[in-house]
Amino acid sequence: MSAETTALPARQIAVPEFSMIVLIGASGSGKSSFARRHFRPTEIISSDTCRGLVSDDENDQTATPDAFALLQTILELRLKGRRLAVVDATNVRPEDRKKLVEIARRFHALSVAIVLDPGEGVCRARNAERPDRDFGAHVVRNQMAALRRGLHGLAREGFRQIHHLASAAEIDAAEIARQRLWTDRRDEAGPFDLIGDVHGCADELEALLAQLGYTVERSEEAGEPRYRVSPPPGRKAVFVGDLVDRGPRVADSLRLVMDMVEDGVALCVLGNHEAKLEKWLAGREVKAAHGLQASIDDLAGQSDAFRARAKAFIGGLVSHYLLDRGRLAVAHAGIKEEMQGRASGTIRGFCLFGETTGEIDEFGLPVRQNWAAEYRGKTKVVHGHTPVVEAAWLNNTLCIDTGCVFGGKLTALRYPEMELVSEPARQVYTEPLRPLGGAVAAAEGLSQQQDVDDLLDLADVSGKRIITTRLQPSVTIREENTAAALEVMSRFAIDPKWLIYLPPTMSPSETSKEEGYLEHPREALAFYRREGIREVVAEEKHMGSRAALVVCRDADTARSRFGVTSGEIGAVFTRSGRAFFSDAGQRDIVLTRTRDALAATGLFDELGSDWVLLDAEIMPWSAKAQSLITSQYGPTGAAARIGLGATRDALRRASASGLPLQELLAKADRRLASAEAFAAVLRGYAWPVGSVDDLKIAPFHLLASEGQVHSDKPHPWHMRQLARLAEADPLFKATRVLGIDLESDAEIERAVQWWLALTAEGGEGMVVKPADFLARGRRGITQPAIKCRGREYLRIIYGPDYDMPEHLDRLRQRGLGGKRSMAFREFALGLEALERFVAREPLRRVHECVFGVLALESEPVDPRL
Amino acid sequence: MFLSVATTHHPATDLGFLLHKNPARVHELDLGFGRAVMFYPEATAERCEFAITLDIDPVALVRGREGGGDGLLDQYVNDRPYAASSFLSVALARGIREAMAGRSRERQALADMAIPLVADVAPLPVRGKTELVERLFGPLGYAVEVTRHQLDPERPDWGDAPYVALRLSGTARLADLLTHLYVLMPVLDDRKHYFVGDDELEKLLARGEGWLAAHPERDLIISRYLKRRRFLIKSALAQLVPDEAEPEQRLDPAREDAAETVIERPLRLHERRLDRVAELIRQARAKHVLDLGCGDGKLIARLIQNPAIDEIVGVEVSSAELGRADARFADLPEPRKGKLRLLQGSLIYRDLRLRGFDAAALVEVIEHFEPDRLPHLERALFGDARPQTLIVTTPNRDHNVLFESLRAGAYRHPDHRFEWSRQEFGAWAERVATEHGYAVRLEGVGDDHPQFGAPGQIAVFTR
Repeated sequence: MSAETTALPARQIAVPEFSMIVLIGASGSGKSSFARRHFRPTEIISSDTCRGLVSDDENDQTATPDAFALLQTILELRLKGRRLAVVDATNVRPEDRKKLVEIARRFHALSVAIVLDPGEGVCRARNAERPDRDFGAHVVRNQMAALRRGLHGLAREGFRQIHHLASAAEIDAAEIARQRLWTDRRDEAGPFDLIGDVHGCADELEALLAQLGYTVERSEEAGEPRYRVSPPPGRKAVFVGDLVDRGPRVADSLRLVMDMVEDGVALCVLGNHEAKLEKWLAGREVKAAHGLQASIDDLAGQSDAFRARAKAFIGGLVSHYLLDRGRLAVAHAGIKEEMQGRASGTIRGFCLFGETTGEIDEFGLPVRQNWAAEYRGKTKVVHGHTPVVEAAWLNNTLCIDTGCVFGGKLTALRYPEMELVSEPARQVYTEPLRPLGGAVAAAEGLSQQQDVDDLLDLADVSGKRIITTRLQPSVTIREENTAAALEVMSRFAIDPKWLIYLPPTMSPSETSKEEGYLEHPREALAFYRREGIREVVAEEKHMGSRAALVVCRDADTARSRFGVTSGEIGAVFTRSGRAFFSDAGQRDIVLTRTRDALAATGLFDELGSDWVLLDAEIMPWSAKAQSLITSQYGPTGAAARIGLGATRDALRRASASGLPLQELLAKADRRLASAEAFAAVLRGYAWPVGSVDDLKIAPFHLLASEGQVHSDKPHPWHMRQLARLAEADPLFKATRVLGIDLESDAEIERAVQWWLALTAEGGEGMVVKPADFLARGRRGITQPAIKCRGREYLRIIYGPDYDMPEHLDRLRQRGLGGKRSMAFREFALGLEALERFVAREPLRRVHECVFGVLALESEPVDPRL
Repeated sequence: MFLSVATTHHPATDLGFLLHKNPARVHELDLGFGRAVMFYPEATAERCEFAITLDIDPVALVRGREGGGDGLLDQYVNDRPYAASSFLSVALARGIREAMAGRSRERQALADMAIPLVADVAPLPVRGKTELVERLFGPLGYAVEVTRHQLDPERPDWGDAPYVALRLSGTARLADLLTHLYVLMPVLDDRKHYFVGDDELEKLLARGEGWLAAHPERDLIISRYLKRRRFLIKSALAQLVPDEAEPEQRLDPAREDAAETVIERPLRLHERRLDRVAELIRQARAKHVLDLGCGDGKLIARLIQNPAIDEIVGVEVSSAELGRADARFADLPEPRKGKLRLLQGSLIYRDLRLRGFDAAALVEVIEHFEPDRLPHLERALFGDARPQTLIVTTPNRDHNVLFESLRAGAYRHPDHRFEWSRQEFGAWAERVATEHGYAVRLEGVGDDHPQFGAPGQIAVFTR
């Protein structure tokens, strides 16, 4: 015993910080204490613990199958989350390990075996000390035998590292050192200049580097040419691979990049052409196809030392880099989200070649699977490999191989500036085997992103969702609400390409205590005063139907900016995303006149935009709501009039004969008057619409235009711009606005009078907003608007008789919390949709927010608020 | 709402004895949902008129039922506080219970006697055609006078209101007149303010004694009174006329819902269409089958019988329909139930769950999409899901002229966004097949017409 316990010098076992470590050893070999000594408790998955979890008894062998099912599930989840996992089980038979290696492979984790082999005697002695391990000696003996038989096969089983600790002393002396993966450069934040496929185009590369501000000097050192490159301070170049083959100066390209990498001013990932060249450099037989001959010819004229250096360089290139805290990944042919920052043969293959469908196209080349179309990662992926005419973002991925060697250009992405810089090819060095793709999708004239966006993915909108917005860090949408939204979106909504926004709901003010009033301006103004806001505006509230108008200058803009190829120049849609006009002719007239007004007023030019999004009210109400009028509102008025009329006549007759009915008669008179008032309100919001000339459009937000969401401009700015439309075309109606200083009692009184006058002439009421579109209240950004509806108007919300004192007192009790929360969440989502749209994010990112607004609308909130 | 009954039977003021209400006083009754006020606008020996008005609390009406209502009562703006309805029937039953029962302490002989009576009801909601009023009250021996009203006299373009002012005149027992009104006002209104339970059947049988069994509109009265609760209707008919049954066939033809079913029913078209699709799937020897837009599961009910199918996935966008499908298959025995999955999904989004199937059916689905969303459906199903066989059915518009009940140019279902001629459907199918690498074959379903073709059409895409 004493010999075995003599301390040995520490032995370092270096394991990848992301890997699966399988401890292998007989019962009593000390696996659990080894694991405890070197790993965090949460990193260890022990079969004994799992046995205990499923059966309350760590030694219950009948629970073994379930225990291993649990162990494997935990292993899967840890590896899925890119967490180190240590499997503490005997693992002595190959069949014990097979399933584990399979799981590790599936999640691209390296498999590490640590064999603990203190000798059978030690194991037996330890087991003897433990009352719960009273199994016979043959158990340990059999385990040891199985372990030794399997040792040689471990590498073949798929273990990339095998550490054999052959005595208790070795086990005690072992130390674990965690090494980050070669691909893991998350600590390097750049700034970077990412450079596309060079393919021997050294002239263009030198020029591009110069454009990027690098100074490139070439001299002779130790008999070899040597480049010395100084980047702009702090910057580093990153090459996406395929430096070699096809082009005129393969050796120089290789030399330049090798020197830059050696001097620490560049990173480079492996391209498939380097991989092939490496085989040739290693003296293996390769077919000199796809431009390899150019490399062979050029390298043949170089020194042996250079060729050896090139071979070592290529051998040291990694499949991809994960950079800048995981925000950027660079790989030659691209990389899927679940592969980033991991390592496996599958990943290496993907990074070199991408995915192919297995089919061959008409040019005899493999058909590539467009992995980027389904990419959903937050990490930006920059890659090369597939030559395209123009580099264009697709779902947060960018291909910067712009086919320099085929006569295109050499492109760099400046990161994080996200600027593209390119150097045109001096000539066509090689004819491409198939035309360069990517920039334009076939005949439609759409970008690749627009083409991909044509079909949205259910997984991007369904189920419970948590959406991150600028105004509210997380907006949660419950599953039942997304289900409701899916139905509305599928059955009724217009093409999502137009649907870049949905307006939020709006909360009313607190109820008023003024006699006869349910809502009154004082409460709306008091709300903002309590929020600590001084400048507000009151806008006339129009009684029509809410509409959003997307209007482009022409069909070309609709195509290039919205990806719509139908020839329409815009869309008019309701709060639930439906087409506002069922008649396409009317829609087109409205769009054309809006476009003409935007052009005539110079708004397009001033905004520097070929499109605009307006938030508006379209009148009359009856244009959209005629069926409500004839099926619900009109009948209610008629029933009241007929029934109360008959009642009053009977009461009059009875009263004339002397019955004491004065009180009932007075009440009937009053209710009849309410019924008439109700009918009058209705009439005011309904007029026949024969043509567009009978409509009035009152825009009140100029929400967005190219590159800008105008939530940074105060409401008076919006009103001023939009009033110009009314001057250009009588279709538009300017909205009356009143600015109010909440510190001034006189101005508050003026606002009350203003509202009384507006509502007396049949207006719906007014909307009070902070003068600033986004205003900070006591707890962050406050409600964007509070509505205050007129006394008469509310009859069509709460019924003709709502203002009778016995009803009013009860109606005053209403909760606004739910409505306000909903209004704010919808506001946040709506603006987020626009921010994403103007930033040219993929449509699904815009759609997610718009879908969210629709989903929130299905939450149960009192519809009368 | 207002109801009055008048008589000229001398001395007319004896009406007060029949109603157990003194003509010299105003009577009020709290009904929970509102107050009834009863009084006599006129009370002389020559003519006596009794009136009952009902003042319903509109706020309690909404607040009492928030969330659980049938939609209309969730709105403050609704006609319930004003229109004659089951509320008024309840007021009659509670306010003049004895008169309804034909009992009078002081004048039983008069209560048993048919006397000249005039009843006025305003406004009386009439769902369906106004003639229905005559058809309901006429056979009971009343002269029926109906006055129509405009929705708004100042807006004649809005048309008529769905109410009439009703005047019934005739010689009848007061109790009979009141009972007829009690039953038939809610029938005309066709909406009840309370849940219709089993005791409602007993009420109807009691109130209908002596007149309902022989009434020519008996089935409609029963169906509407019992709010179309099929089980109750069957029991009612069985008890009233034990030998006549099969009420389903004659349930209220005035009902306008389910228009498509009504239009196509005589042909049993939908049954034949579903049978044909199930047969096509059988012929395709499909093991994994998608029913896209499965509705409440009529096709699935056929597919589930086919032992050659291992997996059926029903996809439906409407949660309500999906719920009905779920209920339909809830009690399926396990081996078959295990084959079935129901998913909420939309056919115009890519859905990875729909990949890898042998066959998919879209039965009467495409015409529910706006034409400009169809390309998304094509891309999602033909481009991404790519089942080996895809069966699409849709109406044949050419055939519509042959449907008598269908207005010219109208669609068979209010939610249809288009209906295609054979030529249009054929052109669409050819294009989609070519673009996505499918072969396509077209056929008709239903009886073929030499000029207009079969009522339904089917495209079978294969790859």
